[in-house]
Formats: sequence, structure tokens, C-alpha cells
Amino acid sequence: MTEWSLIPLFWGVLIFLLVNAFACLWRGLAGPTLPDRILAANVIGTKTMVVLVLLGLAREQGIWLDVALVYGLLSFTVTLVASRLLETGRLKGAWRQ
Amino acid sequence: MLTALHALLAGFLVIAGAAFFFVGTMGLLRFPDFYTRVHAVTKCDALGAGLVLLGLAIWSGPDGEGVRIVALIALILVSSPTAGHALARAAFRTGLKPWTREETRQGGGYESD
Repeated sequence: MTEWSLIPLFWGVLIFLLVNAFACLWRGLAGPTLPDRILAANVIGTKTMVVLVLLGLAREQGIWLDVALVYGLLSFTVTLVASRLLETGRLKGAWRQ
Repeated sequence: MLTALHALLAGFLVIAGAAFFFVGTMGLLRFPDFYTRVHAVTKCDALGAGLVLLGLAIWSGPDGEGVRIVALIALILVSSPTAGHALARAAFRTGLKPWTREETRQGGGYESD
């Protein structure tokens, strides 16, 4: 029985997602308003979580999946807290364009 | 045991998810204001991450890492729309004006205060 391996595809998708994450970093740096920056951080967090899972499966080390789970929870919490601080008016001033 | 059908399905799902990620990135970089960007990004991120992780869960099998990847899918499907909604509501309540075509194409910023 032939052994089917998807490891090279995983590495390719991993590199592709990293390039996408660096492209999203431009919106985080140059985004005109503060919600754009928070949104870019959220997107980069999601991509990084998928990259961690791909890394764990490509290297066959299961510990990366736990890291990805904790990272996803922390990224979600950071986005919620930042948007909450923005809504209650504690993040403004020079950040507002 | 990884059969050819599993490998084909997993590879197709992973590539489809990567395509959705690419569409989300293009939307984040090209759309004219924050609300259109959050519209593009939250759906594309949830769907792209869901498809990639579903492919990886199929590839891993039910014993081993598959269970943790399914937990990650549940986390993504709950957290991504919640984060997008909270962020859009915060932006709307702090007075971010939506972009309209009748005004200048550079609109979509805060009122200068």
C-alpha cells in the first residue's frame, strides 16, 4: 500500500499563510484608524494559530496543538478587551487617525 | 491508516482554506474603510481556518491530534464572529463614519475633533 504524505503541502501552505500574515501587518502599521489596527491584529492571530497547527502536524510534535489552542484563546481575549477599551473611551487621542 | 481518499479530501480542504485566507487578506488590504474590511475579514478568516483545520483533522484521524483540532474548530467558529461584532460595535459607537460613494473616496475616518 502506497503511503500518502501531505507534509510538503503543509509546509507550502504554512509559508503561504506567513506571507499573508506579513501582508496583513501592513494594514496594522498603516491602517488609518485604531479599529483597523485591532482588526489586523485579530487576523494575524488567526493565521498564526493555523500556522502553529500546521507546524505541529508537519513536525509530528503534538505540543504545538496545545500552544495553538492557548494562542487562539489569548488572541480572542486580546481583541475583545481592546474593542471594549475602545468602546468605553479609554483608547483615543493620538491613536484616532 | 491513511487512504488515498483521506489524503485527497484533506489536501483539497487545506488548499480551499488557504484560498479563503488569501481572499480575506486581499479584502483587508484593498477595501476602502473599516466596516467593509471587517465584513471581508471575519467571514473569510472563520471559513478559511475552519476548512484548513477540518482538512487537518481528517488527515490526523480520530485518535491522536484530531480531537484537539476539532476543539480548535469550535473555538474559531465561536470566537471569530464574536470578535468581529464587538470590534464593529465599538467602532460604530465611537463615531466611525461608514464609507459612502457620494462623498470622497477617501472617507471612512473619524470626525476631526
